[in-house]
Amino acid sequence: MTVESLTAKEVAKKVINNEPLFIFDVRNEDAFADWKIEGSRFDYLNIPYFDLLDGVEEAAAKLPTDKDILVVCAKEGSSVMVAEMLAEEGIEAAYLEGGMKAWSEHLEPVKVGDLKGGGELYQFVRIGKGCLSYMAISDGEAAVIDATRMADVFLNFAAEKGAVIKHVFDTHLHADHISGGRQIAEAIGAAYYLPPADAEEVVFDYVKLVNGLKVELGEEKTEIHAFYSPGHTIGSTSFIVDGQYLMTGDILFIDSIGRPDLAGLAEDWVGDLRESLYKRYPGLADGLIVLPAHFMIIDELNEDGSVYKTLSALFKENHGLNIEDEQTFRDMVTRHLPPQPNAYQEIRKTNMGIISPAEEEQRKWRLDQTAVLCGKPLNEAIKNWKLKERLT
Amino acid sequence: MIKTDKTLDAKGLACPMPIVRTKKAMNDLEPGQVIEVQATDRGSLADMKAWAKSSGNHYLGTSEEGNVLIHYLRKADRSEEKEEMKFPHTLTNAELEQQLGHGDLIVLDVREPAEYAFGHIEGAVSIPLGELEQRMSELDSDKEVIVICRTGKRSDFAAKQLEEKGFTRIKNAAQGMSEWTGATEPNNA
Repeated sequence: MTVESLTAKEVAKKVINNEPLFIFDVRNEDAFADWKIEGSRFDYLNIPYFDLLDGVEEAAAKLPTDKDILVVCAKEGSSVMVAEMLAEEGIEAAYLEGGMKAWSEHLEPVKVGDLKGGGELYQFVRIGKGCLSYMAISDGEAAVIDATRMADVFLNFAAEKGAVIKHVFDTHLHADHISGGRQIAEAIGAAYYLPPADAEEVVFDYVKLVNGLKVELGEEKTEIHAFYSPGHTIGSTSFIVDGQYLMTGDILFIDSIGRPDLAGLAEDWVGDLRESLYKRYPGLADGLIVLPAHFMIIDELNEDGSVYKTLSALFKENHGLNIEDEQTFRDMVTRHLPPQPNAYQEIRKTNMGIISPAEEEQRKWRLDQTAVLCGKPLNEAIKNWKLKERLT
Repeated sequence: MIKTDKTLDAKGLACPMPIVRTKKAMNDLEPGQVIEVQATDRGSLADMKAWAKSSGNHYLGTSEEGNVLIHYLRKADRSEEKEEMKFPHTLTNAELEQQLGHGDLIVLDVREPAEYAFGHIEGAVSIPLGELEQRMSELDSDKEVIVICRTGKRSDFAAKQLEEKGFTRIKNAAQGMSEWTGATEPNNA
C-alpha cells in the first residue's frame, strides 16, 4: 500500500503560514520530549512505534478526523510503517520524508529585503533547530554569514541566483552547531573569515576578521562592515550590511541576549557582553534591522517566516537590554546560565578543524540541538526577574 | 564475549526493523533468557532501552565493536516478581554494603553473564543460577556466602540449593541488584 508523504519544505510552509496539522510522532518518548516539530497551530500525539507493532487500533482512536495527520519518526522508516498500518485501518495519514533528520537540516531561504543598487539579502531559517544564516547578493557577488553545516544549500542557492560567493564569515567560533563556513569557502575558493581571538587554536588558514574590516560586493560596492562586539565569545563580531542591516551573531537575539560561558568563564566575559549591549550597540543607528544567528521560539517568526526587528524596537522590548544596574545584569547572566549544549567542546573542536567527525559520530553527540538551550532559560530568568521587580 | 542464549543479527537494518526483529526473537525465548542483538542503526540504542521498559523486559546494556552496537536484553520472568521468598536468612543491601570488605565473605552473583557484565558488586563471583549445581565446588563452604541476583528471587533459589549441599552460612540479599545503590564495576567483556 502506498501512502502520501510531505517534505520538510512543505511542513515548513505550514509552520510559516500558521496552518493546522496533527503531528503523530512515533519516536521514543525521550526523543519527543527533547524536541519536536513546532507550529503555532500544530497538535501532537506521541506513541513510540514499538508500542504500535501489535496494531494501531488504540492509537487510531486518539487521532482527529478533521485535521491532516503527519506521522513523524527519526529517519522515516517507522513513520512509513505506521502510516501504512493506519491506511489499513482506513485512516489517511502522510509521513515526513527523511524524518526528523531532514527536518533538522531543512533551511528555508527567506528574502529579508533589497540592498541599495539592486542587491538582495536572504535569511536561511533552519526552522527545526532555530539557526539563522545569511547571504547578501549584489551584482553577481555574494557573502555568506554564519552558515550552518548544510553547505550545499548555500552553494546551490548562490548558483541559482547567478552569484559567486566571495566572502564567508562566521561572527564567532560556534559552540552549538557545526559551521558550514569553511566547507563553503573551500568549495568555491572564497575567503573564510574568523575573529582571530576565537581562532587561536584553529588548524586551517583563515582571514582575520578584525574590527573595522570592510568588504565590498560587486560593481555597486555594497558594503559589509565588521564591528567588534565581544561577550558571547571573546572574538564575537557583528556586521553592518549596506548601512541597513545588523547581524548580531549570538550577542543579541530578538527576545533574548547572548550567554558568555561557552568558550571560557562567564565571570570574565559578562563585562564584555554588558559593554557590547549597553555601550556599543546604542551608538549605532536606531533604524538598523537586527538579524541574529538564532531564534528561540516559533513566535519570533514574522509573517513571511523571517526573523528580524529594528534595533530601536529591541531597545524597547528586549528584557536583556533593559537591566539598568550593571551588577544586577552580571548576577542575572552568570547565575541563570542554561545547561551547556551537548558535546559543545567537540563542536568547537570540529569548527576549529582539530577533529573531523564522521556523520555517524556527530549523530552520537546529538548535535545541532536547538537554540532553545542557548538562550531561552536565561531569557526566562530575566523575564521572571523583571516581573518580580515590578511587583516589589 | 558474553555468554547469551540467543544472538540476533540486525546489522544493516534501519529503524524500525531492529526492534521488530528483536520483539519476534524474544517471543521464542524462555522467561529469564538473554538475547544479544547486533545492530548498526545508532537509533537502536535509545529505542532498545525505551522498548524494553515499555514491554517489561530488562535492558542490560550495550557494548560497541567498531560500528556495531551489541545490545543485551533479558526476557521478563513474571514469576520473579510475584512469588514469595522461601529462604529465611536474608539481609538488606545496606547491611551487605556494610559487610563488604570485612571477614571471610563471598558475594555470589547468580544472574546471567550479560547482567553481571554490565554492573556487579566489586569482587562478586559470577555463577548463573542454571550452572550452580555443577559449579558449587568452586565455592569455599567455610566462608559466609551472600547470594544476590536482580530482585532476590533467583538468589532465593540459589540459597536453598547451597543449603541442601551443606553450606551453613548463607544469606540472600533479598533486595537484589535492581535496588543496589552502592558501587559497581563492569567487567571487560
